[in-house]
Amino acid sequence: MGFKQDNLRKPDFKQVSDVVWEVPTSFKQGMRVPVRIYAMKKLLDEMDLEVFDQASNAAMMPGIQKYSFVFSDGHSGYGVPVGWCGAFDLKEGVISPGAIGFDQNCGMRLIKTNLTLEQVKPKIKELTDLLFKMVPAGVGATAYQEPKEIANIPESKFKEIVETGVKWAVENGYGWEQDLERLEERGGVNYADFSKVSREAYKRGKSQIGTLGSGNHYLEIQVIDKVFDQEIANKWGLAAEKDQICIMVHCGSRGFGHQICTDYLSIFVNAMKKYKINVPDQQLACAPFDSQEGQDFLGAMGCGINFAFVNRQLITYQIRRAFEMTFNKSAEELEMEIIYDVAHNTAKLEEHIWNGGKKKFIVHRKGATRSFGPGNSELSDVYKKTGQPVIVGGSMETGSFLCVGTRKAEEETFGTTLHGSGRTMSRTKAKHMFRGDVLQKKMLEKGIYVKATTMSGLAEEAGAAYKDINEVVESMHKAGISLKVLRLRPIANIKG
Amino acid sequence: MAYKFFEDVSIADVEFEATGKTLKELFESSAHALTDVQIKDSRKLKPIERYYFEKEAENIEMLLFNFLSELVLVKDAEQLLFSKFNIEILPINGKWKVKCECFGEKIDPEKHELLVDVKAVTMHKFKIEETKNGWKARVVLDI
Repeated sequence: MGFKQDNLRKPDFKQVSDVVWEVPTSFKQGMRVPVRIYAMKKLLDEMDLEVFDQASNAAMMPGIQKYSFVFSDGHSGYGVPVGWCGAFDLKEGVISPGAIGFDQNCGMRLIKTNLTLEQVKPKIKELTDLLFKMVPAGVGATAYQEPKEIANIPESKFKEIVETGVKWAVENGYGWEQDLERLEERGGVNYADFSKVSREAYKRGKSQIGTLGSGNHYLEIQVIDKVFDQEIANKWGLAAEKDQICIMVHCGSRGFGHQICTDYLSIFVNAMKKYKINVPDQQLACAPFDSQEGQDFLGAMGCGINFAFVNRQLITYQIRRAFEMTFNKSAEELEMEIIYDVAHNTAKLEEHIWNGGKKKFIVHRKGATRSFGPGNSELSDVYKKTGQPVIVGGSMETGSFLCVGTRKAEEETFGTTLHGSGRTMSRTKAKHMFRGDVLQKKMLEKGIYVKATTMSGLAEEAGAAYKDINEVVESMHKAGISLKVLRLRPIANIKG
Repeated sequence: MAYKFFEDVSIADVEFEATGKTLKELFESSAHALTDVQIKDSRKLKPIERYYFEKEAENIEMLLFNFLSELVLVKDAEQLLFSKFNIEILPINGKWKVKCECFGEKIDPEKHELLVDVKAVTMHKFKIEETKNGWKARVVLDI
């Protein structure tokens, strides 16, 4: 006998526009705000019912403001859906590890080159095989290779790294000074406090900086195959020539961030009793933002956020080296600038438009990307005129998008948009439906060279297990929340 | 002692239901389910390395959560996966305690067919129930 399945029902959606829908607070007792979904009708109809169940549960969390937001890539997760955002008041509201995700600051990074498809194609196998060797990936992967300095890091140095962020990496030769201008938060938050991190988290993280991980994490070599906004693309140093090669990285804070979240989930289950907070799912365990527990978690999460930024920076260092070795030119000559680095699992203190003025909130994003528009004071000069790049990673078969943030997002969604294409099929089912080796062969025929640590894991990432990225991105474009700049097609993929 | 994975739920993650005639068996089934998500033919892991731990919790559900979380921790901290678990569960002073002796091997990508990494044990839908035949648990793992 299995457990009784949850009785899920479809809400009566209130249509706001072609791509905006609401679930009123009457859907479930205890909802403090409505759920707002950004998606074209087809995607809304295809969303699994758990999405609305989870988003309406999140709407019950104390201090949530305006809406419990779901974006076009939304699918069920644990606690809240993936593709979700909720902003919380700093006095009345909470902070919740589960509403961020275990993989704190899981995110995307895009790096450009001045190479074209024609130049890279003949060397794609050699380059990808080298990258596969130089960027450790898969179950329990450790930083066992160069740079050896970052394997098994002593605690005092680890503290310095996670309290400083990418600035540490740049000062130690793993990045360029100008890299910092092209990272969200300049690659480091200043509230990171290592004294709030457990010994266990350090033990899990000390050998994992510079590793990709597994699941849906990847490193991809891509070619720009369609441009929607030539002016912005050019301003960002992209698409001046045809068939420009870029590199996209998707990974997060590895075991370090996962352990921080696990530790505080237990702490917050107890804190909820102390603060008399009731939520319908233990995974939504939270504590008042303005409490000792809440502030402790903020300090610990800051370390997780910085770890992930440094992780992607160390991987960038390896990518630049691999390109240098393959093309016998320096990374500077190859113009391997970072385009941007976005965090899509995070809670951030941000100032937003509120009642004609401005107010600070703790904005939770789980599988959702910040989407600040032109003029936002948080953005570095490089992106202040255009708005920030929004990197949307698709499945390894269908390609990815680069979009730009908007003022409308700041007005409507606390400056938040989608993060990827979003799954439609469970991992367990995909594994039964597809075979990794067949998929690998099929992809090679399509011109995508795939290196994976696992064939079964590869099957779980089949394109058919995901929504159509074009529809997902188009929904947010139509809503004016993030606008299309260009599309990228993979030519090689490394999967952990 | 058994477990099964579900297909149409938790689409980004892995959900399993484990059963056991006793709590000890339930914990053992859950530990095997967790390992089998990460490595193919986990029973073939040789009992070369020994790892021992104890965990306490207010209730049996948190005890299973802490127990599985420790196995996830050891996978990253020591790169160890296990095929054999000697488990003892005992009530103490109104709380619960688990003692576990695990046997297995260091992860070796050359030798083992690794699958996907478990990031964490979630509390989403996390449940233990006593049944006619013993115990069952529902667990969602973050992948």
